Amino acid sequence: MDLLRFITCGSVDDGKSTLIGRLLYDSDAVSLDVLAALEEQNRTSAAGTVDLALLTDGLRAEREQGITIDVAHKYFTTPRRKFIITDTPGHVQYTRNMVTGASNADLAIVLVDARQGIVEQTRRHTIVSVLLGIKRFVLAVNKIDLMGYSEAVFHDIVADYAAVAAQLGIKQVANIPISALHGDNVVKPSANLPWYKGPSLLEYLETVPVATEANTDAARFQVQYVIRPQSVELPDYRGYAGRIQSGVYRRGDQVLVLPAGIETTLEAIEINQQEADVAVAPQAVVLRLTDDVDVSRGDTIVPLALAPEPTRELEATLCWMVEQPLRAGHKLLVQHHTAKTRAVVQAIVGKTDIQSFAQQEATEAKLNDIVRVRLKTAQPLAADTYQQNRTTGAFILLDEQTGATLAAGLIEQTVLAEPEFEI
Amino acid sequence: MPTLPRIDYLDRLEAEAIHILREVAGQFQRPALLFSGGKDSIALVRLAQKAFRPGKFPFPLVHIDTGHNFPEVLQFRDQLAAELGEQLIVRRVEDTIKQRGLREPGGKFPSRNALQTYTLLDTIEEFGFDACIGGARRDEEKARAKERIFSVRDEFGQWDPRRQRPELWNIYNGQIQPGENVRVFPISNWTELDVWNYIQRENILLPSIYFAHERRCVVLPSGQLLAVTEHLTLDASDELTTRQVRFRTVGDATCTAAVESDAHTLEAIIEDILQAKVSERGATRLDDKISETGMEDRKRNGYF
Ligand SMILES: Nc1nc2c(ncn2[C@@H]2O[C@H](COP(=O)(O)OP(=O)(O)O)[C@@H](O)[C@H]2O)c(=O)[nH]1
Repeated sequence: MDLLRFITCGSVDDGKSTLIGRLLYDSDAVSLDVLAALEEQNRTSAAGTVDLALLTDGLRAEREQGITIDVAHKYFTTPRRKFIITDTPGHVQYTRNMVTGASNADLAIVLVDARQGIVEQTRRHTIVSVLLGIKRFVLAVNKIDLMGYSEAVFHDIVADYAAVAAQLGIKQVANIPISALHGDNVVKPSANLPWYKGPSLLEYLETVPVATEANTDAARFQVQYVIRPQSVELPDYRGYAGRIQSGVYRRGDQVLVLPAGIETTLEAIEINQQEADVAVAPQAVVLRLTDDVDVSRGDTIVPLALAPEPTRELEATLCWMVEQPLRAGHKLLVQHHTAKTRAVVQAIVGKTDIQSFAQQEATEAKLNDIVRVRLKTAQPLAADTYQQNRTTGAFILLDEQTGATLAAGLIEQTVLAEPEFEI
Repeated sequence: MPTLPRIDYLDRLEAEAIHILREVAGQFQRPALLFSGGKDSIALVRLAQKAFRPGKFPFPLVHIDTGHNFPEVLQFRDQLAAELGEQLIVRRVEDTIKQRGLREPGGKFPSRNALQTYTLLDTIEEFGFDACIGGARRDEEKARAKERIFSVRDEFGQWDPRRQRPELWNIYNGQIQPGENVRVFPISNWTELDVWNYIQRENILLPSIYFAHERRCVVLPSGQLLAVTEHLTLDASDELTTRQVRFRTVGDATCTAAVESDAHTLEAIIEDILQAKVSERGATRLDDKISETGMEDRKRNGYF
């Protein structure tokens, strides 16, 4: 059975929570006691019927404010697939949460209210999703019941969104009319939408091809932990434990250990202490090398032919996630998966306007800004661009003092065109 | 050329959990694995074997013992630790109550779940643990659905849902300041059914109380069944019965309800779960019912 991870995005009140509630409810993922608790809650809050949105609005603050403020995860399984839903908030001030949700998703459901069509938020969420590398989109036109299940209304919205998608270079959009509240076309096709010939939302989700973990990408592996039993039976054993980030590793591969640049051979691949001839992303493995070389956490082991050039200078897009602004000259920590190094912001190159997708001038990044920066790191990183690799093209920035996560980083360029200069 | 292995959803969940466990080993000085003897922590132990063998675990197993145990579970715990050859640390709620002069919860069903928090915080301080691995899952409860995989706690073990660090891609940020520590949940993305499927696939042994057996129970007014143990004070009005039951979690015996079942095998349990639409916590933990936000309140206060 496959696994599909998707995010749901839309503006407040477009019906996101109701939709997720509906998917869980109609696919039988909601247990009786949770339903009973909901009914109880609804009775005391005097609404009447079961409010499906309550299935996803978890935290107390949200209950008090009646809005979704953080990223919530929901799970359901059908006979065909297992799904992980990341529900991300609609408010402008929570772009960072949306970025967080999109970073782990294979697909985005963009929800719009049929009465309003494409609004500012629709654009913004689509842009953030595209930025984070999501390739597949579902335009779910919700509350179609309130527009008399009108085909014309649906087609107008579809046409508007097609223009947005074209501008952003999105190639795969499935357009699906639904009523989350009444369940039309969410799980089962609806007699209220006789003009719609496509799959229901769930049927689409069950059949859309899943990203095959980028196994066609160049092979990448970073060392997480060195296993050295130093026991009587295994006095000299040295295994490099980590996850295959992308691509395929084979026993006997000629490999390079980066950033040191040492050449050696993959003596063995172990999975749960069994030797394997081949391993693929995202398997967790232990690699052993023929030569006794110095390898530690943060090092990258890659097939010789596909090796990236380690670099100390990066151009990257950041989503800035904290109140205090970022400016040129700031020092912080880069965490590139298992590699961690200090870095300085050499320049803020510009800012992406997330309404128009246009580049603007900028000298600082404020909360929720998407900016382009140039970074110089203390240690070289074996990185790729985000375009090339959604894993090794990504990093986070940390505050040196507090350890707080400051930004999501997407590498645009690893070798800069401008001449190098020392700082 | 060998064909490429096919990775299904359980392989993916397993790989994610192993990756997380190794991040703990790579990022922290003194981690610990919180081990309850329940199926989720037993699954964690299997994942740790896959993550670290042929080496030793880079952390001890730590059991915060409520004292209200099923004897089968303790026996299982000790045997497992011995077979693994790993260190087991046990700290007792009983001792915390004495040391801190706390009041035992009174009443008919004196759950010590709330007091576990104190013992856990004392244990973290005693050993200087900077990361505690737990078997919590996001599908267990609404508040958990929002918790990060690396969840930073302040000195008092408190969780502030508004100040959570964004968790991007599969990059886990374990950078903390002195006094802070991190709770890590490697099987966050697993559901109850996933855990059972994994246990079956991996032939993992479980304490016998997970399987159907005859047991003397009290019938609660709600209709739920509670095992008769020395920790309950029964009176004449209590309705007692002997039924075929199994347990779905192995927490504090005074507040872990039994479910009627004739499932003697893993296959039968999985079949039961597919059919019974009563989620784990609702069916079995009585003390979550105290308030609608039961879990959230306890998390803020440093519960696992
Ligand atoms: N008529 C109708 N109302 C809907 C539909 N979907 C959601 N709603 C209502 O729209 C309101 C906002 O829905 P909610 O799910 O809370 O929106 P969210 O803020 O996007 O999570 C609620 O009153 C829902 O009952 C729909 O398909 N049709």
